[in-house]
Amino acid sequence: MSRRLADVFAEARSENRAALIGYLPAGFPDRDTCVDLISTMVESGVDAIEVGLPYSDPLMDGAVIQEAVERALIGGTTTDVVLDTVRRVVEAGAVAVVMSYWNPIERYGVQRFAGNLATAGGVGVITPDLTPEEAGPWIEATDAHGIDRIFLVAPSSSDARIATVVASTSGFVYAASTMGVTGARASVSTGAGDLVARTRPHTNLPIAVGLGVSTGKQAAEVAKYADGVIVGSAFIRRVLEASGPNEASASVAALAREMADGVRA
Amino acid sequence: MAVMLETTSAPGHYGPYGGRFVPEALTAALDQLDREFRAAIADEAFTHRLRELERTYTGRPNPLTLARRFGEHCGGATVYLKREDLNHTGSHKINNVLGQALLAERMGKTRLIAETGAGQHGVATATAAALLGLECVVYMGEEDTRRQALNVARMKLLGAEVIPVTTGSRTLKDAINEAMRDWVTTVDQTHYVLGTVTGPAPFPEVVRTFHQVIGREARAQILEAEGRLPDAIVACVGGGSNAMGLFSGFIDDPEVQLRGYEAGGSGVETGRHAARFAAGTPGVLHGARTYVMQDEWGQTVPSHSISAGLDYPGVGPEHAWLHDTGRATYVPINDDEAMEAFRVLCRTEGIIPAIETAHALAGAMRLGRELGPDSIIIVNLSGRGDKDVATAARWFGIDLGSAASDALSVEMAEGR
Repeated sequence: MSRRLADVFAEARSENRAALIGYLPAGFPDRDTCVDLISTMVESGVDAIEVGLPYSDPLMDGAVIQEAVERALIGGTTTDVVLDTVRRVVEAGAVAVVMSYWNPIERYGVQRFAGNLATAGGVGVITPDLTPEEAGPWIEATDAHGIDRIFLVAPSSSDARIATVVASTSGFVYAASTMGVTGARASVSTGAGDLVARTRPHTNLPIAVGLGVSTGKQAAEVAKYADGVIVGSAFIRRVLEASGPNEASASVAALAREMADGVRA
Repeated sequence: MAVMLETTSAPGHYGPYGGRFVPEALTAALDQLDREFRAAIADEAFTHRLRELERTYTGRPNPLTLARRFGEHCGGATVYLKREDLNHTGSHKINNVLGQALLAERMGKTRLIAETGAGQHGVATATAAALLGLECVVYMGEEDTRRQALNVARMKLLGAEVIPVTTGSRTLKDAINEAMRDWVTTVDQTHYVLGTVTGPAPFPEVVRTFHQVIGREARAQILEAEGRLPDAIVACVGGGSNAMGLFSGFIDDPEVQLRGYEAGGSGVETGRHAARFAAGTPGVLHGARTYVMQDEWGQTVPSHSISAGLDYPGVGPEHAWLHDTGRATYVPINDDEAMEAFRVLCRTEGIIPAIETAHALAGAMRLGRELGPDSIIIVNLSGRGDKDVATAARWFGIDLGSAASDALSVEMAEGR
């Protein structure tokens, strides 16, 4: 039986630390290098991987992820390539979820997507622009195929909204640390701690914090109150700034180790 | 029998279309907008203030002009033009913007942001911001800032900051992405003045409501002039706000045909177009389910049109529902046919229309021949063509004198 998100968070908890979740878009910087980089991240201490599904209109993403997904799309990254990427990284030992805007999943077919993801070994999907109100068929499909459904809560969410969102969520709750788009920030918003505290009473699920975490120090801070720390743009920037695949791999590994130390601090 | 539009749908939905596909961070702001919108339209002081602005600032009611000579080119049909081009700022866009700016003020927000394609909505938003003393930022695709340079200058003169968007296809769809990114970051003090009947609920309903004045006036005016309802009403459809405004006045009159004309660009068969109904499929874009130009993987396909205002790969969700229910019919008009209608209106009526509007005029020329000389057609003349003079001059090979060409050189350099 392959590992699920619940296992990842339980292991981290048993070690008195937060889980580390890393994001990389499929097909970035190219199909094979993406798989290699994800393996490197896992070997260097990342507990679970978000494989991004590149989309033409990523309105929740900042400049760094926009650049990465644009490259991935130019490189011909289709939904089938994303699912194949999941299959390959799971074979290499990763626990993988997909992060996708809603339209590509709807276009692929919600049942077909959930089914093919399960076949590929993926265990969950994060949908940043889908809220439970619009998710009827998606809830059915993910239940049918045993896929965890990760919805987001935000600092602007009322307590009533938080209750609604977490009631439809499984795997973990994604807490957006700040009002804004993805991308590294000098400091992680203090609102993140408040949001996690407001979310706790409504759920027993693990709560992971994303948006703006780019250093081991920030990861350590977040790990004090959250069950998971999500890092995306910072990994991508390492890849964008590297002169080639080898340098990218070394740089990504170094960042993963720094973050892994952070969640253990 | 009238088509019942929303009774079969959940709030904010039109059949399977519409809804709210946005980051959770925006849910609270959309809920607030929904609440304040409903409170405002039930509040006499609010509607009174809006009506007063429409009367004393926009210049409403605007006329319904009988276009006798143009009608001769429409199979001899009796054609009326609803003169939204005579509104302050030159198009229908001001109707929605004044309503939303008053809503922003009511919500205590001090900053307006907007996306714009042709620049008409950006100019209208900058205008309302100046009038109410609000800060204003307009996102505009870099490509569009070049082809609509005069409107960029207008916005700046009105005190707005214009931010050229350099991501994606650098047009309207990317300007919307960037406006959404701004909004999610600044939502406490900022209202996003969405410019058409698209986007997450309640935007399609809010924008349609503020444009209903078009249909309300047109209905009363045609009854006054002809003593009967028209056989058809026609409008161009980018996002579809001017069409929705006109349609709303006649939607419950089943004998009145509703026709929307979308941009056929170089021809639907060439792939260079913005014909969402002719060549798109249902999907989700910019927060709503609607017809979208997309590939087999759900990636948005870039649109093309000679008119920046129709150059958008999505369309308002209520139009999607009107299409599916058969209440309205949507037809693509190619660039060349639109430009021919543009020329005909200039020469027959002394009115230079916006190129967007020219698509509706071309539609009326086709439809009039189909319906015959006893028919009555209303065309929504949604905007005036001042902004398009350089594009049109180039299209028709008009040699601009050196002074004029200096003034227009920026547009000419990159325009179409």
